[in-house]
Amino acid sequence: MGSVNNMKNKTLVRHTLTHIFIITLGLFMIYPVVWMIVSSFKPNNLIFSDPSLIPKTLTFENYFIGWKGYAGTSFATFFTNSLLMCLAAVVGNLISCSMAAYAFARLKFTGKRFWFTIMMITLMLPGHVTLVPRYVLFNTFGWVGSYLPIVVPKFLATDAFFVFLLVQFIRGLPKEVEEAAIVDGCSKVGVFLRIILPLATPALVTTALFTFLWTWDDFFNHLLYLTKPDIFTVSRALRTFVGDAGAVSNWGSALAMATLSIVPAFILFFSLQRYFVQGITTTGIKG
Amino acid sequence: MQIMSGSIRFFRRNAVAYMFLTPWLIGFFALTLYPLAYSLGLSFTNYDFTKPDSTQWIGLDNYIKMFGSLFGVSEFTSTTGELMRVDPYYLKSLSVTLIYVFVSVPLKLIFALAVAVLMNQKLRGISFYRVVYYIPTLLGGSVAIAVLWRKLFEKDGLVNGVLSAFGFTDLPSWITNPNFALATLILLTVWQFGSSMIIFLAGLKQIPQEYYDAASVDGATKVRQFFSITIPLLSPVILFTLVIQIISAFQVFTQAYIIGGGKGGVLNSTLFYTLHLYIQGWQYHQMGYASGMAWVLLLIIGVFTAIVFRSSDWWVSYGVGE
Repeated sequence: MGSVNNMKNKTLVRHTLTHIFIITLGLFMIYPVVWMIVSSFKPNNLIFSDPSLIPKTLTFENYFIGWKGYAGTSFATFFTNSLLMCLAAVVGNLISCSMAAYAFARLKFTGKRFWFTIMMITLMLPGHVTLVPRYVLFNTFGWVGSYLPIVVPKFLATDAFFVFLLVQFIRGLPKEVEEAAIVDGCSKVGVFLRIILPLATPALVTTALFTFLWTWDDFFNHLLYLTKPDIFTVSRALRTFVGDAGAVSNWGSALAMATLSIVPAFILFFSLQRYFVQGITTTGIKG
Repeated sequence: MQIMSGSIRFFRRNAVAYMFLTPWLIGFFALTLYPLAYSLGLSFTNYDFTKPDSTQWIGLDNYIKMFGSLFGVSEFTSTTGELMRVDPYYLKSLSVTLIYVFVSVPLKLIFALAVAVLMNQKLRGISFYRVVYYIPTLLGGSVAIAVLWRKLFEKDGLVNGVLSAFGFTDLPSWITNPNFALATLILLTVWQFGSSMIIFLAGLKQIPQEYYDAASVDGATKVRQFFSITIPLLSPVILFTLVIQIISAFQVFTQAYIIGGGKGGVLNSTLFYTLHLYIQGWQYHQMGYASGMAWVLLLIIGVFTAIVFRSSDWWVSYGVGE
């Protein structure tokens, strides 16, 4: 009996130590983010002299000033732009990637192995090799300075990650329902719309989630293609807001807008947590 | 008759499948294959986006411009007869990127694995901890965090504020000091180990507890168990994560751009490859040259990926008992 108690005590001590360690490290990890959020509510002149997480005086001034934006465009516009562009990108990826994934996962056709290999290769391809010609192409279409160079590729399943994710998921679905439907005279299109898509909802949510976040956070394409302030997205606008030399006098409002820009990520993350894990473990991407 | 209906079915089957593939196929041909070939072609020209009519075939000049200084060349006569200067910053951008990849990827994976092992215990509140540890990864790629990072590591930034509270004096501006600038970016990357951690956690859960129990009975220490059971059984996952992290590390852009203020930082200490490519292509309109740089990047990533896969023969084990 004594040894059992001893064991229990040992485990208790070990667990407590682990808890302390994890919490300490965790605090260290999220400190910068929490500090940013807290500091956005501090008066501008106190931000950098004060590393504490409890503001001595609370002010919303940074938000009012920051929200006005610049070049006559407010952050209301930037947020609307980002939101609409991301939603269009989500719709594009959902349609095009699920179509391709259904073909790869379930249909028999000539050249399937070949195209699947090609798709897997594009998964590894660094985007920079296609950058210049894409830019030239979009420029001849007159698309530079609009959202089309960012949104149209999504309707053409260029994000191979999601095709792969959906293929993996659809392959794992039971075939019985589909077979029964086909015996009943349902077409492949019918099977796709009525059986595959509803069953693949978890993977589709993951696709939508990551498409939204990555399009929201993307900066490189926004820098290349969004050339006028009135069509800037939040991430593009934040960069100009901070400026080249970082000579912004009002860091308070920069931090306030930076804080607002991460709100959508937080909302999505906390409401759809399990889809994150699924997305990360199947494709192993991002970060 | 039977052959007819057979071939009709064959065509119908293919037609339906290719209909589903159509968006992807258009995307592949128009936005991947064609640009791939086109950029390879452009890399042998002096294509300037603003004056496309004066484009000339210049052979390997763009590549000499990249690597000339390796052979002690600083100026050379180009194919078109003009005197061309070797890019003095190309090799710098390559070395910055290589250092970044070699340091940040292993550190990130080691950290991710260590935390994953820590998190793979039955503890109260463990799922909450995982969420907290994932937050930097969730936000890390954003402009917001890059802005924050620059502010943290400036002369009068938060980091120095905290350090001076501990009595340190004469602190540098980490961001603008060429000795530390790259390190702050590496730190930013390592901080975002959340995805790798989650992948490792999923892998760890696949390892049957019986192996550890048996090893304990045989008297193996925890450390021994980690290296003889955990690492070998996790090695396919590690390989997979390693490849993906290497590929993405070579392409890092946003943080370097924001933190360097659109340039390569002081003494080009944070002139990442893709940043240099962007500056050459879009600020100097040297798009032929930028295309060449992109192709070299593709080859470098290809070589590294191949080396990692090759090496996997002796460190990755598939299945038990190997």
